[in-house]
Amino acid sequence: MPETAKPDFANWSCPLPLRDYPNIVMGHGGGGKLSSELVEHLFLPAFRNDALANLGDAAVLSPLHGRIALSTDTFVVQPLFFPGGSIGNLAVNGTVNDLSVSGARPLYLTAGFVLEEGFPIADLARIVEEMAASARAAGVQIVTGDTKVVERGHGDGCYINTAGVGVVPDHLRLGPSLVQPGDVVLVSGTIADHGMAIMSVREGLEFESAIVSDCAPLNDLAARVLEAGGNSVHAMRDPTRGGLGATLYEIANAANAGIVVEEAQLPVRPAVHAACELLGLDPLFVANEGKMAVFVAADAADAVLAAMRAHSLGADAQRIARVVADHPQMLVARTRIGSNRVIPAQIGEQLPRIC
Amino acid sequence: MKYLTEFRDGEVASRMAKEIRQIVTRPWCIMEVCGGQTHSIIRNGIDQLLPEGVEMVHGPGCPVCVTPLEVIDRALAIAAQPEVILCSFGDMLRVPGTDKDLFQVKSAGADVRIVYSPLDAVKIAIKNPEKEVVFFGVGFETTAPPNAMALHIARQQGVRNFSMLVSHVLVPPAIEAIMQSESNRVQAFLAAGHVCSVMGYWQYPPIAEKYRVPIVVSGFEPLDIMEGLRRTLLQLERGEHRVDNAYERIVTFDGNRTAQQLLAEVFEVCDRPWRGIGVIPASGWRLNAAYHDFDAERRFAVTDIHAVESPLCHSGEVLRGALKPNQCPAFGKQCTPRHPLGATMVSSEGACAAYYNYGRYIAVEELTHA
Repeated sequence: MPETAKPDFANWSCPLPLRDYPNIVMGHGGGGKLSSELVEHLFLPAFRNDALANLGDAAVLSPLHGRIALSTDTFVVQPLFFPGGSIGNLAVNGTVNDLSVSGARPLYLTAGFVLEEGFPIADLARIVEEMAASARAAGVQIVTGDTKVVERGHGDGCYINTAGVGVVPDHLRLGPSLVQPGDVVLVSGTIADHGMAIMSVREGLEFESAIVSDCAPLNDLAARVLEAGGNSVHAMRDPTRGGLGATLYEIANAANAGIVVEEAQLPVRPAVHAACELLGLDPLFVANEGKMAVFVAADAADAVLAAMRAHSLGADAQRIARVVADHPQMLVARTRIGSNRVIPAQIGEQLPRIC
Repeated sequence: MKYLTEFRDGEVASRMAKEIRQIVTRPWCIMEVCGGQTHSIIRNGIDQLLPEGVEMVHGPGCPVCVTPLEVIDRALAIAAQPEVILCSFGDMLRVPGTDKDLFQVKSAGADVRIVYSPLDAVKIAIKNPEKEVVFFGVGFETTAPPNAMALHIARQQGVRNFSMLVSHVLVPPAIEAIMQSESNRVQAFLAAGHVCSVMGYWQYPPIAEKYRVPIVVSGFEPLDIMEGLRRTLLQLERGEHRVDNAYERIVTFDGNRTAQQLLAEVFEVCDRPWRGIGVIPASGWRLNAAYHDFDAERRFAVTDIHAVESPLCHSGEVLRGALKPNQCPAFGKQCTPRHPLGATMVSSEGACAAYYNYGRYIAVEELTHA
């Protein structure tokens, strides 16, 4: 395949030098010719940008203006490809979202791969292609990276670490300690989609309707929220592992306040809700990968909610809870039938019930 | 999936609560037998909507809670054997044995897998012919049919490396044991709807008659439970003691005959120890002679099991309805969902865990500062 300026990944197939090795061998992580072939024929064409093209030991970037936000996350999801995305999308969006909800504009990412000997290069190419697509969608550049290969049986095919750099405007103040009684909690859309999508394929559960991960970059939505709410926005979070419930607990603890959740207001897709009921799981504690929770002063809540709903990733946004001075560090749900209950913090993973 | 909304309607619930308040003229003590109902009552705060004096007592219908410690220790010992893949439903993994739980055995290298159906365990056995696959088969009449089906298929297909550690228990003998107990306060029962979906409710009229106790078959959604309570309280106030079916959309008098035939093919009735309660005569199922080859207890001659219950744990009294979870001296102190002393604190259906997790916040607030 001749090298072209813009590789067409839709019709991509393994470039010539890689074809000799359809699967990852130890040498791909050895720093020799095989390693550089992987970089030259797979990573560079996908992530193409000036900083990366130098192939230095470090990416050298232009000066940034504002406070610098730095975040890192490691991705070990199984299966690597799932309804609505892949580990590649997650690796980019996960770090982009961590930066975004910190009020930063994400700019650059690094990508570290731990590959298992025998992992198909075609799968790696697909993952890399999806990382590139997510990076383009989020407007960030992947500027440096690393690949290591571990022996067969010592990894799960592919692990990815990404770190990200973003810039936070000087005037912006955000953080859980700013959250106070009276604040309103908004969520940008339906919860528990990602966790149930993963479970539906990982556990071989066959649900009648497909449940799709919500994996998406939140940088644009976060910018709109800050635009609409200004300093009335006290904190933002992307509730991933542990779900919205874990996020609410985190904020309740940090702010030493209580949170009252209106159960009837929680947006949950019917198929996701049904799957959760079937397995005895609480959607509040199931993972998301493209949702944000916003803690905002009551008088700005309507404006922020309207801004969220005007965005394609916030169309199902809802006002779901309020922060109160009572019962500090505790979540209480107002149930559909009008009673109250404590929402317990989870100890480990939720376990499906027997019957 | 209308049941998720229709049977949780707030307006209907408050109408029903009002109706119940109008029926009740004096205190009553009602036991919901099934752990799933306990979970729903506490999670939805149904007890808060009941008139003062109507007391819900939580029954022994949580399979995780009543499985004897000795059986759990046996499962742990079998799981620890190198050739074994132990398959279990998720919430059995956290149940503590005498020294450890299945999670700890797993992290020490045992192959322990969560499955959603015992049929998946049979599939795992077919895929791993060099391994011994054991399914931990606990539960009431509800979980027994899929277990029986798994055994039926394994026998039919000659899956010789599959076996089951069986500790099934039955509801009607438990109800009788509660009524015979000297300290009994229970005046009526909500019978477990899903058990009855399998078994029907033909077993209950003689019990209602013998002990002069109303038994109302009830579902699990908030409105199902409230309807069950409404019908129960009507009987109590009128001095009646009938078997009534408030879960008509699922339960018939005869139950699922096909399932019952399959159960008869695989199991036979036996005396069974209930954790925290003791041996109840003819209260369980074990594999019958035709299925002895699939009995994990026979296949793995595990000896050296010395089950020791925590002396602080009062789960037996909780399961009999003699003690409320929060009346146990260890509740929320030495015993929490994180460090459970007894099984009632482990399963989300266990009365202690349900109390700890979903209790009204004032009570829980006191606990967190204790």
